[in-house]
Formats: sequence, structure tokens, C-alpha cells
Amino acid sequence: MLDLINVSYDTQIPNNVGLSSDKKVLKALERWHPGYINWWNDLIPQNFQESMVYLRTAVSVDPKGWAKFDYVKMPEYRWGVLLAPQVEDRRIPMGEHAGELAWQEVPGEYRNMLKRLIVIQGDTEPGSVEQQRFLGLTAPSLYDMRNLFQVNVEEGRHLWAMVYLLFKYFGKDGREEADDLLRRSSGSEEAPRMLGAFNEETPDWLSFFMFTYFTDRDGKMQLESLAQSGFDPLSRTCRFMLTEEAHHMFVGETGVGRTIQATLDAMNKAGITDPYDINKIREMGVIDLPTIQKKLNLHYTLSLDLFGQEVSTNAANAFNSGIKGRYMETRIDDDHRLQGDTYVVRTVKNGLIVAEDVPALTAINMRLRDDYVRDAAGGVGRWNKLIEKSGIDFRLTLPHEAFHRQIGVFAAIKADPEGNIISDDEWEKRRDEWLPSKADGDFITSLMKPCFEPGKFASWIAAPKVGIDNKPGDFEYVKLHMA
Amino acid sequence: MTKRIEFQVDPAAYRHWKIDYDGAVANLTMDVDENGGLFDGYQLKMNSYDLGVDIELADIVQRMRFEHPEVKVVVMRSGKDRIFCAGANIRMLGGAKHTHKVNFCKFTNETRNTFEAAEEDSGQKYIAAVKGACAGGGYELALACNHIMLTDDSSSSVSLPEVPLLAVLPGTGGLTRVTDKRRVRRDRADVFCSTEEGVRGKRAAEWRLVDEVIPNSKFDETVDRRAREFAAASTKADVAQGIALGPLDRTFHEDGSVTYSTVEVQANRAGRTVTITIKGPEAKPPADMTAFEAQGDQAWMLRAAREVDDAILHLRLNEPELGLMVWKTQGDAEVLLAHEALLMTNRDHWLANEVLQYWKRVLKRVDVTSRSMVALVEHGSCFAGVLAELLFAVDRSYMMEDEFEGDNRPIAAVTLSDANFGPMPMANGLTRLATRFLGEPEAVTAAEARKDVGLEAEEAEAAGLVTEILDDIDWEDEIRIFLEERASFSPDAMTGMEANLRFAGPETMETRIFGRLTAWQNWIFIRPNAVGENGALQRYGTGVRGEYNMERV
Ligand SMILES: [Fe+2]
Ligand SMILES: [Fe+2]
Repeated sequence: MLDLINVSYDTQIPNNVGLSSDKKVLKALERWHPGYINWWNDLIPQNFQESMVYLRTAVSVDPKGWAKFDYVKMPEYRWGVLLAPQVEDRRIPMGEHAGELAWQEVPGEYRNMLKRLIVIQGDTEPGSVEQQRFLGLTAPSLYDMRNLFQVNVEEGRHLWAMVYLLFKYFGKDGREEADDLLRRSSGSEEAPRMLGAFNEETPDWLSFFMFTYFTDRDGKMQLESLAQSGFDPLSRTCRFMLTEEAHHMFVGETGVGRTIQATLDAMNKAGITDPYDINKIREMGVIDLPTIQKKLNLHYTLSLDLFGQEVSTNAANAFNSGIKGRYMETRIDDDHRLQGDTYVVRTVKNGLIVAEDVPALTAINMRLRDDYVRDAAGGVGRWNKLIEKSGIDFRLTLPHEAFHRQIGVFAAIKADPEGNIISDDEWEKRRDEWLPSKADGDFITSLMKPCFEPGKFASWIAAPKVGIDNKPGDFEYVKLHMA
Repeated sequence: MTKRIEFQVDPAAYRHWKIDYDGAVANLTMDVDENGGLFDGYQLKMNSYDLGVDIELADIVQRMRFEHPEVKVVVMRSGKDRIFCAGANIRMLGGAKHTHKVNFCKFTNETRNTFEAAEEDSGQKYIAAVKGACAGGGYELALACNHIMLTDDSSSSVSLPEVPLLAVLPGTGGLTRVTDKRRVRRDRADVFCSTEEGVRGKRAAEWRLVDEVIPNSKFDETVDRRAREFAAASTKADVAQGIALGPLDRTFHEDGSVTYSTVEVQANRAGRTVTITIKGPEAKPPADMTAFEAQGDQAWMLRAAREVDDAILHLRLNEPELGLMVWKTQGDAEVLLAHEALLMTNRDHWLANEVLQYWKRVLKRVDVTSRSMVALVEHGSCFAGVLAELLFAVDRSYMMEDEFEGDNRPIAAVTLSDANFGPMPMANGLTRLATRFLGEPEAVTAAEARKDVGLEAEEAEAAGLVTEILDDIDWEDEIRIFLEERASFSPDAMTGMEANLRFAGPETMETRIFGRLTAWQNWIFIRPNAVGENGALQRYGTGVRGEYNMERV
């Protein structure tokens, strides 16, 4: 009998889907593998490829003890295909098929829709690795460098997860799509990634932390809603990916928190109480809180754009077909069909932001975005606790959903962070108050000096409270290969 | 739909298109204003279009020829990111009456045909530079261009998703151009037309869905280069300056009638009939083409064509119940033919060519107008040359024979000219006379031998040029009875019968579009699977799929 909990390493590709007996898919994956390795090798700077990184690798899909930690060279990381265990008698949770047995094969009529969703999800995974490719060079510590690489290899594995689905269930089309996932590349003029936020630069480590906090959280919401899918293999894949995604958001939240902490500590030490005394604060080699707010504004709003149009036919179709659910679908107390229901969507009418009831089915994106906003507020609250505790009078806030948007109804207007509609002129004048300016970027870049000594941290970031895998503070998370 | 749909557009007020003229190359950018829909109830998202967007496009294509003859290549692009054009707006289609849908499709088809033919007719070549999703009507726009360039960014695609997504057809020439123009193998066409996401990259070129696939980083420069190459290779003569197309001289009346400078549209709503009278030129023609150019849009040949064109479009969209069109002319045939002769003898002059080509299009518009049409050749009329073509476009014609009491107008005559034997072909590629005399080709030869001569009733009848000749005694009654009878028939049966009888002879891509494709589309447009309460078109956007009656008909 197939062992569906523990990962089998009997093929080149670790898996719990019985790949060794699924010759067709195995062969296809093996054919794709070299392209993937090339992609990875071309991406990450060479000296890091040869460094030993203390990484966790999945060995089972059992929530308890699914990973083991060890030193590994990244190109030798065992990227695998891991699906959460199959739930017996699982039913489709929503849409017109609600209550029917979940599909183990792709239903022909939904093939295209499913494929599109998988490709879009798959496209984001390598996208972020590409965006972050040079960050290793300026890591503020070996601890952070290790976290970066952990996130990177797992995003790589998420790509594998999606590619497996494409190979297994979508035939020739699926293979072509898998090739194109390696062809597109973040920010490329030739073939950019599909979603805007994945073509933006991640120029510095604060951006990386903001990205993993805000943008990986979009990923989490998408995975949560795909985990509801009536197409069981997709659901199982996403459920396992979520366990990895949690770590990415941990890296983001603690990274921003530690950045704030370093600033607070330096301010208190120097007796500075005014958070807007920016020059003095910066002179100490830390990032002032107003600039952190600007970074937050940028990454949060780019992430909101990832939810797409507030009112969306595609989202409605996907929900109704049972392909993609809502956040925590099974815990929502309604009929899970939504055919007569409405949902409140904010929109712009005659120059004002107004709330409007629209058919709930078409507002699936909006609903997920609302859930996201609530979810994202949690960490911001915890950052504010740190600030409060330090006695400095400052609060970080999530800007209004109309602020700085490129997609959806608010793309047509300009608004300040409080959600007041303003003129284009006013926007141009005040933009730098709200979003990182060139000078802010230059300043942050000036702080991005590598700090590769075990146990040491760059000036602008505090040490973590606990180590990875409970390792001591001076643990050498990366044994650098310095050629 | 109470507001009048206006086909005259002020180019300073385009809402959906931008044009940038750069010598021999014009850059045409589709940038549809979401909130600029012709009617309420939908937004023109993702560069989707409605009739209003297409009216602007038709205006641009028309002005390109007359106002910008220096242009040899037109590059059509999208002003939006990641989307070329999403096609006809689905919510608009879902909300529109059947009549509107059909007329919308007809007009968009005519516009596509017009810019498609611009290369052959006027030496203006259209390039579609496709970046982003090019879906449905969007791909049909591209298909009507003479050259399609697609960027290879691994997400831009061309597609015809109508069938799987909406349960209707790509009815603006899509199905036909894929097989007849692009000559895509039919099994590949089958795959293409039933796959929602379409085809991208190299395969699009391999299947001949596009002409070129270009690396994204080189796309813009390749498009620019290609445009310049085409312009350099063009055999179109250089023209320094075009003529301006000013607003029409036009007055609308309460009762539905419209007065133009050369056309009188007289509505009889109670009788469901409209009489269109074209008044021939009174003044002598301009001495030469220089003088013609100086007259510009006031030259009779151009002015009349524009006015007839506008009248037909107005009647089609705004007066759906005027089911019977009666065509009349009044004027001096000789003077008219002198005007026509100036153009016919100067056919290599750009403007002469444009005006003649325009008459060709106007007459084709008459051909595909789904109204019963009759021509009355009365005394004092000038059915000569291009206007005589109307006799062969309509379903029947009646001619006055001999003198009528109290009528001192010149005796009715029909005069053929060179214009009737080549330059004004129908959609089937034949002249109207060749189509008319499909079973007796010698009648065409005989008619040609008698051109430039005014043929009075008996001769015209003998030559087969009119349906019936009637004298003073019978005329009034016979005509009245015919009109009353015709106006009482089922409009559907009339439309179907006339459309079938009008286009004898060979099939062309154009006849297949207006006949086969349109007819199937119009059938689907009334079937519940598409337009029923639970049909795909109605349900589009709700997330709930259409419910189909699975019975094959
Ligand atoms: Fe991921
Ligand atoms: Fe992630």
C-alpha cells in the first residue's frame, strides 16, 4: 500500500503521491527538472549556491513533525511533491455542486478555469524568488540569510507543486504551461510575470519583510480559497503549501518587528522621543518609523491589487463551479451557494466613495480582500504594541483601500491614506509623504551592508527572540562558501 | 431605446480612440472609455466595445481615406495594459433587444469589411499590433486587419471564446475569416474556436492565426519598423493633402422624416413605409479633379454618397418599423452622368477613386439592409449610372410608361454607364447586373452595348432592367396595392426571403459572413440557450452557468 504521509525519496523527486509507480508523470517531471535547476542556478548568486544552508526539508505531511533541519546546498535541496492527506468522503464545499463528492479528476467543463487558476498561482511562486535574488548579498545576518533562502526554496517547491498538477491532470497543455512558468520572469521585458506585484523590485530587506508579510499573505488567502476547491488534488496541495506559507509570514512579521525594535532601541538610547526627528534617527543607522509606514503603505497596496477587480465574473464562475471557495468556507454559516445573496462593495460614484450591495457571487474577490485586511491588521497591532511599550508616540496604520491602487474601482481616482479623494495635482505634491521617495530608498539602501558574522546583526535590525530550530544566538545558519 | 443613435461623429470628440498621424503611418489606439457606453447599464471594461465605439471607428476609417490620403499604413494598438480588446461588451449584448443586436453586428461587420478592404481599395494597409489578451470581437478586429503581429510574452493570446463562454458565435466575421482568410485548417479552427483561452506564442503563427510572433522586448520596434517597411513598399501614390469631411446638412422632422441637401427621407409611420428620394445634381460638374478637390465634401458625388449612407444607417437603427423602403430619384440624368464621368475618367486620381469606392460601399450597405426595397422610376427621375445600381439592388422596380396626365416632367428613363459594369461589385464579387442576369449572361452584354443611352419604359423592360412598367391608368393603384401588401407580410419572412434572393451566384468571404455566419448568429440570438432567462448570455457575469436545452435542432 502507498504511504501517503511519509515522503518517499525513491525517485529523484521526493513525493507522497506514488510517483515511482506513475511513470508517465514521473517522466514528464524528470524532463522538466533540468530546466528548473537551470533556472535556479542562473538565479541565485554562485557563492550562495555552494554555501551550506541550515534548511528544513519536508519528510512527511503529518502536521506534527513534517520537517527535518540540516545543512544543505540549495541546488541539492530536495524539491518535492507533497499533498496533504486525502480526507475520506470529502465533499465539494460550495457552489452549484456543494455537497457532491469532491472530484479526484478534472471535470472537463472546468478544465480551462482550473488550469488558469493553477497557472496564475504557479506564476507567483518563482516570481518572488526572482524578485529576491540579490538580497543574500546584503543580508543583515546569517539568521536572516537563512530565512531568505528557506522562503526561496519553499517558493521553489510551491512551483513544483503547481507543476505537478499541470503534468498530472492537464496533459499537453499542462506541459506547455509548465514550460512557460520557467520562461516568464519577474520584471522581464520579454515575458513578465502575470501579476503586477510580482514584477516590482524587492530592492532591500525591509521590502523583503514587508513583501513576506503582506504579499505572501495574499498568497495565503489565495491558497486558503484554493484549499476549498472541489478538485481534491488542488485542495490537498494547497493545504500543505499553507503550512510552509505560515513560516514566510513569520519571517515577514518578525523581520518588520525587529526593524522597528532596532529603531525604538536606538531612539530610547539617544533620548529621542520625536519619531519625526528623521535626520537624527537616521544618523544612528536605523530606519525611522515614518519611513517604515511608507514602506508598509507601498507593499500593502500592491498586495491589495492582487485580489483583482472587486466585482468579478471570473471569481463568481470559480466559486459557483466549486473550484475556488472563500476564506474558511466550511466555517461560514450560510448555504455556500450565494445565489440570492448580496455583499457590500465600496466603489466610486460621482466622485464619492460609497458602499453598494452587489450579488455576493460576483463579490468573491472583495470578500477575500476584506478577510485579508482583517488578517493583515493582526501583525500591525503587534508592531504597535512594541512601539507603545517603548513609550514613543507613534502608530502604524493600514492605509485606506482607495489609496494608491492600480487595479479595481479605485484605480480611477487618487486618494490619501485616509481615503479622501484628492486631485492629481495634490497627489503629485504629496506622494512622497505617503510612499517611499527616491531619497528614502537611497537611505535604506545605504544601510544594506552585509553582516555575515554568526550572532551579529546589522545596525538597523534587532536580534530575534529565539533561533530557528531553537538554535542558540550565535548559530552559524549559513556556512558561506567564499570563493 | 428612445434616443436617436447618431452616426455622425465630431472627430474632436472621440471618446474611445486616439490617432496620431506620423506621415505615411497612422497610429490608431483603442482606449475605450469605460463610462462612455451608448446606453446605461453597462461599463465598457477591458476595451470592450458597443455600437458607439464602433461608430467612432467607422468614422476614423472613413476620414483616414478622405482626410488623410497620405497615410499608407494604419497600426491598430490598445491603449490598455495587458488587454488588446475583449470584444463586444457582453452586458450590453445581454441587455440589448434582438433588433439592436442584429443591427449592431451588421454595422460592426460593415466597418470590419471597410478597413479590411482599405488596402485593396485605397492602398491603406491595417496592421493589428496585439499585446495582451485579444479575445472574441477583439480578435475579429485584428482578423479584419491586413497583417496581425502578436507579442510573445507568454501571456498575450488570440482567442474566440464566444462558443464555450457565451454560447453564441464569433459573429463579426470571426469564424469565416479564420477559415476563409487565414485559411486555418478546419480541425485546428475547431480547437481554436472552442477553447476559451485561445492560442498564444509560436503556435498562433504556426496555425496562421497571426502573421508574426515577435519577442516582447522587440515588439514595439518591430511593429514600427514593419509599418515603415509596408509604407515604403506601398504603391499608393503620394498625396499631399486630403479634404475635410464637414458636418452633414441635415434636418430631422417630428414625423420621422429627414431632409438632407440631396436626399429627402419621407417617413410614413402608419404605412410602415419610407420614401428616400435622391435629388440629382443641378449644377455642371467641376471642370477637373482639381476643381473637384476644391469643392471637397460639397462636390455632389461625395455629398450624396455621405447623405445616402447616413440615411440608411439612421433608418436601420432608429426606425425599425419602417419596413418598406421606396427609392426614388429626381433630376437630370445627363448632368448626373457628367458628374460621374469626371470620376470615372480620372480613376487613378486618389479622390476620384475614393468617392467611387465609397459609392461601392454605400450600395453594398443598401444590399444588406433588411428592409423590403422597391424603386419607383418616375418621370423626371435620374436612375443613371451609380443611381441606376439602386434598381438592381432593390427587390423590385416599377417604371412609369408614357406620359402621365398633368405631369410635365421628362419621360422616365434608365441610363446605364461604365459604373454599372465593374466598379460597383456586390459582396459576391459580381456586378449587380451580372447577378441579376445570372441565367442570361448575354443580357449583360446587350445592356452594355446600350450604355449612355436613356432607355424609356418599354426598352428598359425589354432589357430586363425593371420589374414592371405601368402607364398612367394603372400606376397609382398597382403601386398602392403593392406597397400595402408588402408592408403587411411578416417582417421575418420578408427579411429571410429577400436576403436569400438578393445574393445569387458565387459565395465569397463577404457573402458567407453576411449570409451564413450572420444568419446562424441571429438564430442563436433568439434561442433560449443564449438569451433565455437562464441562457449563457443572460447569466454571464453572475457566476452561474447558462442552462442549456441539450436537444440538437
Ligand atoms: Fe508560495
Ligand atoms: Fe510564500
